[in-house]
Amino acid sequence: MNVTTTSRYPWENDPLLTVENLTMRFGGLVAVDNLSFTVGRGDITALIGPNGAGKTTVFNCVTGFYKPTEGRIVMRHGPGRRDEAVEELTDSAARYARQEDGAVFLLERMPDFTISSTAKVARTFQNIRLFGGMTCLENLLVAQHNPLMRASGFSIAGLLNLPSYRSAAKEAKDRAIYWLEQCQLIHRADDPAADLPYGDQRRLEIARAMCSEPHLLCLDEPAAGLNPRESAELNALLQFIRSETGTSILLIEHDMGVVMKISDHVVVLDYGRKIADETADAVRNDPKVIAAYLGVDDESEIDDEDIRADLHRGEHQAGTQGGEA
Amino acid sequence: MAGETESGTGQDQPVATTHPEGAQIKTEERAEAPNLVVSTGPRGLSERVKQAAIATFITAVLAFFFFPIRTSIAPGGLDITWRWSLYALALIFAFFGKLLVDAYLLSPAGPRVRAMVSGLFILGFVILYAWHPLGDILFGTGQFEELLGSILIGTVFGAILLGLVVLISRATGKIGTAATGVAAQKKADRISTFGKWALRVLFVVALMLPWIVMFLFPNRDRQLIDISILILTYVMLGWGLNIVVGLAGLLDLGYVAFYAVGAYAYALLAQYFGFGFWMALPLAGLFAAMWGIMLGFPVLRLRGDYLAIVTLAFGEIIRVVLLNWSEFTGGPDGIGRIPKPTLFGIEFNRGEGGFADIFGLDYDTIHRFIFFYYIIFVLALITHFATMRLRRLPVGRAWEALREDEIACRSLGINTTLVKLSAFSIGAMFGGFAGSFFATRQGFISPESFTFIESAIILAIVVLGGLGSQIGVVFASIVMIGGIELLRNIGFLSVVFGENFDPTQFRMLIFGLAMVLIMVWKPRGLISARQPSAVYKERKSIGADVVAQGEGH
Repeated sequence: MNVTTTSRYPWENDPLLTVENLTMRFGGLVAVDNLSFTVGRGDITALIGPNGAGKTTVFNCVTGFYKPTEGRIVMRHGPGRRDEAVEELTDSAARYARQEDGAVFLLERMPDFTISSTAKVARTFQNIRLFGGMTCLENLLVAQHNPLMRASGFSIAGLLNLPSYRSAAKEAKDRAIYWLEQCQLIHRADDPAADLPYGDQRRLEIARAMCSEPHLLCLDEPAAGLNPRESAELNALLQFIRSETGTSILLIEHDMGVVMKISDHVVVLDYGRKIADETADAVRNDPKVIAAYLGVDDESEIDDEDIRADLHRGEHQAGTQGGEA
Repeated sequence: MAGETESGTGQDQPVATTHPEGAQIKTEERAEAPNLVVSTGPRGLSERVKQAAIATFITAVLAFFFFPIRTSIAPGGLDITWRWSLYALALIFAFFGKLLVDAYLLSPAGPRVRAMVSGLFILGFVILYAWHPLGDILFGTGQFEELLGSILIGTVFGAILLGLVVLISRATGKIGTAATGVAAQKKADRISTFGKWALRVLFVVALMLPWIVMFLFPNRDRQLIDISILILTYVMLGWGLNIVVGLAGLLDLGYVAFYAVGAYAYALLAQYFGFGFWMALPLAGLFAAMWGIMLGFPVLRLRGDYLAIVTLAFGEIIRVVLLNWSEFTGGPDGIGRIPKPTLFGIEFNRGEGGFADIFGLDYDTIHRFIFFYYIIFVLALITHFATMRLRRLPVGRAWEALREDEIACRSLGINTTLVKLSAFSIGAMFGGFAGSFFATRQGFISPESFTFIESAIILAIVVLGGLGSQIGVVFASIVMIGGIELLRNIGFLSVVFGENFDPTQFRMLIFGLAMVLIMVWKPRGLISARQPSAVYKERKSIGADVVAQGEGH
């Protein structure tokens, strides 16, 4: 197991999510190959890598849309590593186990919707998936389906319009309005989501995910299609979410302006394998990452002789994306 | 990875786009553009008159073989009667009607042109009415008073029709081109207030209908109330199916199965256990809901066409089982003598202890008709209010979210299995209620009443009315069911098409034609805008173009 007791990095000591030896095969294609990494509690963790590196596959495994071929994905509520509880749970047939001060979940055993409702992992999608014909407010109310469903007594208390349901409904609306305000969408609250401009739709999707009160928020390319000003606003929003709610964030992103500015921890994938797992600064200067993904503005900045030779052979293969960093 | 060519030429171009491109930009532009009403058509009066003349010419050509020439069978061959005056009147009506509709609805004109056109229209009406008296006077047989009276009547009728057109044009905001966003908003508000008032009027009319019918058509009251009962049954079925198809977006082609389950549940409970209608009604709904869940399970994983086919098969399975299980269901012979409902134990019979006897009225079969009418009226209202309430509850919102995007639903922790099953079972329950009402109204049921064509009619009502729209279902039911029933009573068509013409034989043709027309004119149904279930500041209806249709469409 890769994530043993080395406490060189803070995220190893208090992990929220650990992905251990995750392998995902589609027929003969190995999309993710024996990947292990950790998401620290309260951290913003970035998952980067070239197109086709398997980032979204990892996301789909974590959020239950794919069942991994091999591996273990552990989600923890409450402080600490909880190693004993995790081992005990793995040996049992259960999907999750609760302790007095928290709980551990084995996400690879759980159906997709319970990962959001029970393990509290929310996600957004690379190609935005909003409820286009419903208003922004309704979108955020749908996200609070489970608590509202309980409050409505599975529709019976709701049909009778009992006070208990009314107060829960008002609370849900208040929470929706709060997140609409935080995402600067309150002026569009009564407009259908499909009528919003692209950047607003991205923010609305984040607001919707936040309404399910997640412990971990997984964002799949939140800055894709945003202009520099909107990217900067997104940075501020993500940092606000982290500081205000304590929600940890795992994001896939190609926009290095976003990644390097806000990430505490960066995991780099290439061809389904992990090639780096460091702090943002360390990753930026990691020759392997530069060769595989980041690239450089000027070739002379590379200090590794092998890589420089490699680059010459490959005719600046990695050069294109470097301009963004 | 960038290839050799790209690294050479693509260096100065950004690889990751920071702006939405192409279609995305177009969509945004369209979303932000003001709502312009493009006005085409004639502008000046001469142009309008020219258009009206063209329309009149077309009418003249089309109507030539119907209006002026009439053939009847006479001894020794056909006998031709010429009716030139009828022809002329039709053309006058076409000319002035076209002018009026143009000026008010199709290409709204300025106030001066409108006034002139209105004057011409009334003049046309006066000519229509004064035609015959004038002719009589010219031939020396008429009375001058008769001419005056005709002119008066013509003016009044013309004014009434004119008022109607003006009202419609005001309601739809066609007067004056709505060119700015504010005007468009005002127009939407006008339509919504018009809609609100129309709904209130409709409700009061529905509430008073038996009395209105008895007052206005004393000779045909039974027949008309019976048609109203039938229409309301379909309204209720449409509302029930609307939950499954309109809200949850699951195309169900076998909805009649639940109607059958409800009807047979009551008939069998009455036959074997002597249940009355009111005791059997909730049980019938419960059975239908159970069958809804049974249908729900196998189709949970199906999408699109496959979902439609399996639900279709389910409807047929229920019917075939009812047909072949003769010992239990009576097979093709059906079940007869199903008891009628009672009013708190009072039966609607002649003689001692009947409704008429207790309330001191003369016995009349219409009492039972009125009672049936109010039962289905209340049942339909319950369906409506339950649906409207459910839409505002988390379960209803989850139905609509499921229609919009199932994967997003799952990512938000919504158990889509339960959501689908709840939609199927609640929709089925209302179908079951309607079914047991059908059984008690008919007094006799057989599998023949529950063929696929019934499912198709109910689905057509929902689709024509507008998916998810409650009032749309009402209009569609009135048109589809009431219209077809009216076909039985249209005498003048047989004058045109000959004595043996039976309009009811053409109902499927008319059905199809109506479908095609609506799909061309309003592809999302008559009333396609969606009303949001929760409002922050201002209720805005949502255009049909952004609302998803769900699975199987």
